[in-house]
Amino acid sequence: MSEAAAHAAASGSAATASTPILSVRQVIKRFGQRPVLRGITLDVASGEFLTILGESGSGKTTLLRLIAGFEDLDSGEIWMGAERLDRIPAHRRQVNTVFQSYAIFPHLSVFENVAYGLRAKSTTQAEIPDRVTKALAMVKMGEFAQAAPAKLSGGQQQRVALARALVNRPRVLLLDEPLSALDANLRRQMQVELKSLQREVGITFIFVTHDQEEAMALSDRVALLRAGLLEQVAPPREIYGEPATAYAAQFIGQTNLLRAEVRDGIASAGSIVWPTFGSSGVATYSLRPECIRLVTQSAGVAPADVTTARFRGRIRNQSFGGAMDLIEIECGGPNAIRARIASPGILSGEREFEFTANDAVRVREGEPD
Amino acid sequence: MYSRAYKSAVTIPPLLWVTVFLLVPYAILFCHSFWSVSSAQTIVHNWNLQNYLQLARNPIYLQVLFRSMRIAASVTVLALLLGYPLAYYLSFHAAKRKDLLYQLVIIPLWASYLVRGYAWKTILGSDGVLNGFLQYLHITHRPVEFFLYSPFAVIITLTHIYTPFTLLPIYASLEHIPRNLVEASHDLGASPWSTFRRVILPLSLPGVLAGATFAFVLTLGDFLAPLLVGGPSGIMISNVVVSLFGAAYNWPLGAAISFCMMLLVVTLLFITERLEKRLAVS
Repeated sequence: MSEAAAHAAASGSAATASTPILSVRQVIKRFGQRPVLRGITLDVASGEFLTILGESGSGKTTLLRLIAGFEDLDSGEIWMGAERLDRIPAHRRQVNTVFQSYAIFPHLSVFENVAYGLRAKSTTQAEIPDRVTKALAMVKMGEFAQAAPAKLSGGQQQRVALARALVNRPRVLLLDEPLSALDANLRRQMQVELKSLQREVGITFIFVTHDQEEAMALSDRVALLRAGLLEQVAPPREIYGEPATAYAAQFIGQTNLLRAEVRDGIASAGSIVWPTFGSSGVATYSLRPECIRLVTQSAGVAPADVTTARFRGRIRNQSFGGAMDLIEIECGGPNAIRARIASPGILSGEREFEFTANDAVRVREGEPD
Repeated sequence: MYSRAYKSAVTIPPLLWVTVFLLVPYAILFCHSFWSVSSAQTIVHNWNLQNYLQLARNPIYLQVLFRSMRIAASVTVLALLLGYPLAYYLSFHAAKRKDLLYQLVIIPLWASYLVRGYAWKTILGSDGVLNGFLQYLHITHRPVEFFLYSPFAVIITLTHIYTPFTLLPIYASLEHIPRNLVEASHDLGASPWSTFRRVILPLSLPGVLAGATFAFVLTLGDFLAPLLVGGPSGIMISNVVVSLFGAAYNWPLGAAISFCMMLLVVTLLFITERLEKRLAVS
């Protein structure tokens, strides 16, 4: 097995089955004594929308800056196809960046901002106006070609930044929290546009964000970064449905972490007991709030099958949430169990709940290995 | 809200200062420029334009003015050539040495102007440091005379004195360039040289203009350097004014020259300020 194929297999996704367009291998980066990236290996498939998700300080922006060439790595390699990317200067990499603060040149018009990269690469003069016009039309900024950047709103500058990067037809587009400065409505609108734009141009996007909802809405795959190490790399549905670690389960969506004692295929966490395939011992399980159902039949009726687990608990709190209510259930454990239940009516006292045993996903605790 | 007493307390002293020490003297100067000196060496208050006409008619004054402007232009160019690279290095590449180097630029400003003028006299004189060094290396066999008491000496001295004034505004404008613009330029495929030419230089032009204005205006009005190291061929317009107010005792003519110079400088400052505003985008 070739090295690249080995990495593809390691990252565990069908998306990497083809030759990766970008390959990050064992990358380590320190700022002074402080390690920021502690050995990152990641393959990005051609045409993929990959999101690097992490809290502030997780190293996600540093990883992006290493790919762009704004920082030098301490060890490891970055490859683009057959080309060793980390050894060539930023201006010779076929990568473009959309900066968090847009970094629009204030002394140039919108048109000249977009034309900047084309002029730098000595594109044929005759070709430039046409390509710039098309790029501006693509982000719906055609009428602002002659405007001064200072006159544009944040959202408009964002579009110019996108056009300025895409006009160069990069092999990989890097986006560093490009939507974080926009207000909530504009942000949702830009998410939709960004996704359809990516499909349209077919360029590989590497998108950095700390917003897990944004990551899930946009990405083909999410690379969850935690303190300089990759916690899990998987498509959003997989990372949500089958989180590998307690951290992943908690960071992406809400969850209940159940610390259970497993013996002979039965897990028990306080009064909650369910069948499991895992090996015996102490283990942590993640159970999403929406996987918990309210038992409405009269008590004493047996569950539908053996894979359904039931437990009783006192309603501690119920908050109305429109489609789904959030219910906190007291059932003896250290933490209340949170459940999301569609229109349950007003609940009180002790009630019975159930969940499908498979929905309790065994997760690793602590640092990724 | 500030009280009336507070407002008057902070506005009246500076207003008074400006009136007594600037506006009134300028008004007196302005009046003098229309008066004349009698044969008995007293200033008579008969209003006329003789002084201004004399400035226009006698080529010597225009010659000295042009020489002053030539010297000022040379100093400006040299100060920019020295100041810009240093400011650029300080701002972009000095890293840990930044504070130390910045201080090294500032410290000479604490030394007296006169001390620095005399230092150049010692360096450039016929038995000075420079001539001694050149003869020691057998590059020259007798002292080179034109080093001292020449426009050359004035230019060297004033360049030394006014380069920090040029450097500081350039440095400030370079420091204000967001570093992500430089990264964006590299990202878009521009080489370091191309990035300098297309992003850094245009964005630092307001500082360059401010620095150039400092060097030009300060040099144009300088009279100490020509007095110390200029000699007869290095005389500048301010020296003419000084002598007219002194030994020559022709205050009215001196006032007329001063007023013309002031007009020239104010026009220059007005133009450069407009230009700076136009260059300073966003």
